[in-house]
Amino acid sequence: MEAQRIYQLLTEKFPGNIYELKEKATQPASIRVNPETIVEISSYLRDDSELAFDFLMCLSAVDYPENFTVVYHLFSTKHLHKIAIGVKLPREAPRVHTVEVVWPAANWHEREAYDLMGIVFDKHSDLRRILLPDDWDGHTLRKDYQAPKTYNGVKI
Amino acid sequence: MAALESEEMFINMGPQHPSTHGVLRLMLRTDGEVVREAVPHIGYLHRSLEKIAENVTYSQFMPFTDRLDYLASMNCNHVYAMAVERLAGIEVPERAEYLRVIMAELNRISSHLIAFGSFGADMGAFTPFIYAIREREKINDLFEMVCGARLTYNYYRIGGVAQDLPEGFVGKTREFLDYFEPKVKEYNRLLSWNKIFLKRLTNIAVIKPEEAIAYGVTGPNLRGSGVKWDLRKNEPYSVYDRFEFEVPVGTGEKGTVGDCWDRYWVRIREMEESVRIIRQALDRLPDGEIRAKVPRVFKPPEGEVYLRAENPRGDLGFYLVSDGSTNPYRLKIRAPSFCTMSIFRKLSQGLMVADLVALIGSLDIILPEIDR
Amino acid sequence: MQFAIQWLVDKFSFLSPISILLLISLMFIVGTVVLLLAMLYEGLGTYALRKIGGDIQVRIGPNRVGPVGLLQFLADGVKLFLKEDIVPTVVDKKLFILAPFITFAASCAAFVALSYSDRLVISNLNIGLFYLLAISSLVVIGVIMAGWASNSKWSLLGGMRAAAQIVSYEIPIGLSLLSVILITQSLNMGEIIRSQSGGWGILNWHIFHNPFVFISFFIYFTAALAEVNQTPFDLPETESELVAGYFTEYSGMRFGFFFMAEWGEIFIVSAIAVTLFLGGWQLPIINNLDIHIYLKNLLQLGVFLGKTFLLIYLMLWIRWTLPRLRVDQIMYMCWKVLLPFAFFNIIGTGLWLLIFKGKGIPELVIQLFS
Repeated sequence: MEAQRIYQLLTEKFPGNIYELKEKATQPASIRVNPETIVEISSYLRDDSELAFDFLMCLSAVDYPENFTVVYHLFSTKHLHKIAIGVKLPREAPRVHTVEVVWPAANWHEREAYDLMGIVFDKHSDLRRILLPDDWDGHTLRKDYQAPKTYNGVKI
Repeated sequence: MAALESEEMFINMGPQHPSTHGVLRLMLRTDGEVVREAVPHIGYLHRSLEKIAENVTYSQFMPFTDRLDYLASMNCNHVYAMAVERLAGIEVPERAEYLRVIMAELNRISSHLIAFGSFGADMGAFTPFIYAIREREKINDLFEMVCGARLTYNYYRIGGVAQDLPEGFVGKTREFLDYFEPKVKEYNRLLSWNKIFLKRLTNIAVIKPEEAIAYGVTGPNLRGSGVKWDLRKNEPYSVYDRFEFEVPVGTGEKGTVGDCWDRYWVRIREMEESVRIIRQALDRLPDGEIRAKVPRVFKPPEGEVYLRAENPRGDLGFYLVSDGSTNPYRLKIRAPSFCTMSIFRKLSQGLMVADLVALIGSLDIILPEIDR
Repeated sequence: MQFAIQWLVDKFSFLSPISILLLISLMFIVGTVVLLLAMLYEGLGTYALRKIGGDIQVRIGPNRVGPVGLLQFLADGVKLFLKEDIVPTVVDKKLFILAPFITFAASCAAFVALSYSDRLVISNLNIGLFYLLAISSLVVIGVIMAGWASNSKWSLLGGMRAAAQIVSYEIPIGLSLLSVILITQSLNMGEIIRSQSGGWGILNWHIFHNPFVFISFFIYFTAALAEVNQTPFDLPETESELVAGYFTEYSGMRFGFFFMAEWGEIFIVSAIAVTLFLGGWQLPIINNLDIHIYLKNLLQLGVFLGKTFLLIYLMLWIRWTLPRLRVDQIMYMCWKVLLPFAFFNIIGTGLWLLIFKGKGIPELVIQLFS
């Protein structure tokens, strides 16, 4: 299915919560949506027989100067189409509801985004650091991250 | 039978353990030998590759992709090169595409050989491991001819490959393929059909197809569950659409579809398919350029791309965000083993400690890719 | 040894201090010789293990120390002795230190009861077989001790597995040996071997006596593999699951003792199989040779060791070929497969002996034709 059509379906279903479609220089095309409604949108994307996005390929967090963006790359093994869903989160308190219940694959990806980018996923079943030690300070992938001089008294 | 009162015990499996395939740590909650739950703790090999990517140029990051999945460096190179080319809209010359496919498939064989060998060692049969290493050495010799390295090749370049084939490579590769094909049958006689081996693996840790898709399990592990899904076939990239090959899937011929043996068996048959692909690629290898013209100061236009391709361990994906400068703005690596590992906790419930080893071996995870 | 004691008792009055002193020193000397021979064998055994393993695995194996690497075991032994003796702080010290010695002593003590040739018997026990089974069971005590005292969970699991497995497999071993004892009606190793001599060469061996004994041999061999922790049954020390099982925490020579004890065990179970089923030191050609008694005994020793090493080679071959079973599958195999068959064999042999009046198949066949 074309990205245009997916965008159209989404705007019909969730009027006011679907912001923009970006196709230029973006592969796959990305749709920016309201972070408040991400669970509803995700469930719809997965369960609608015409869309059937049953495969979460990737979940990435990106640190832009003005906001954090979480990008969900989706794929449908039934219809073989792809789409990227993006949510913009404020820099001060990046929070978004987890989509773990929709795609279990999100569990570890969200833990990673929490660990490295500091994005809090509400209602996540097991939101712990995954790659860094539990007592690590800060979130390393943020652009303003300063590497510490020592870790537990050991010089880095 | 009345249940005996027993106490649960916590055991730390790893980070140093012979069969966790690297520095993986599992917290086991066991009742005697029965595992109630195994919680994976990862990150012991975390090198912040994604942060490094933001501080080096696009072509400088190529050697780092070698260190993602060091058993399949060629394949990792390939995916990254394709992602950058897609971002910048670079056309790769035909000969380079063929060379890429040949190297990727040779590396797939060598990676599956290690999977086969170490799986045998996990199951207590050490001899297959030595056999697998023997064949892998020959592939390493071929790679050494091509790029001078035996483990981290750094052979692919943005827009092509580093250098053309050395003299005699095609002949040597054909020689290897002729030598290798009967060896697979030997492996089957030695290990695949072994009664004890089958007894240990069939009906153990079954992944259902819908479960595999929900958890993002890909590659041979997904095909082991009976899903005919291979990006080389279903979403052809490079020149894979020009070759004839089968996509082996698990059929449950010895047990249940999606058990440990099915995953193992898919890998064995994939090696044979890779041999087929390499033969065809060698036959049709065109002449011509091996690298597209790419400016020395390489600045792809603003944009973002998510690209995935079939690695020996599943779909490796790169999410690249470019802000028009020489360095990537953000690079996210979607590692197949990472997603595979996320289903581990669910699968481990109710297995025995020995089955856990079988499960890790059959998932064929690799830690540097999980930890990045 | 018996002759020597007899001579001493005859020469001096029985309880004179000098006889006791001589006796003790004699025991000491014989003990040391046996121990040295056992260690030599165990050293060479590890060499064979590595060479055969290398051959099967298309590699070379040790080839640096001495001619064709033959002295590798000495180098290894010296290395093990010189290594730091690490005793982790949280172990149960007494048990931890004692465990390897018990295991090693038990496996060495078994060597004295074997009948190496007609005359070369270190201790001619009338309950030789019984003694062998009893003393080799002691090995498992050291193993369980090591598993428990190490205070490591992997060791504990290994020790528990060892306890369950080795104790269980002792039963099919004992039962499969019983069918031979029914025929020989003796527990003396020399007697058992001599009862396999006769006019039909190797057909006199007990393994060919009747079909039940034939099956017994395979039951014994399978169970013996489990008893000595060889590969399809090497659960107590699975390197890919339990790191190293019960000796995970051991290093240096303490580890070496476990290693040598394992080799001693392998020799003992193979020697028992040779003694009971395969004619011991007998080979038809050598039996009929008319040569000096010492030379004959030497040849018999060679035959005995040759047969034993053949069985050991078979074990190694299996070890390098097969994957291993899971713990529940092993227990299943012991209690539900081997044990019923072993019982069946005892009853079968008993009935056979009743019906055919103690005659074996070769005898019956010849009767039929004459």
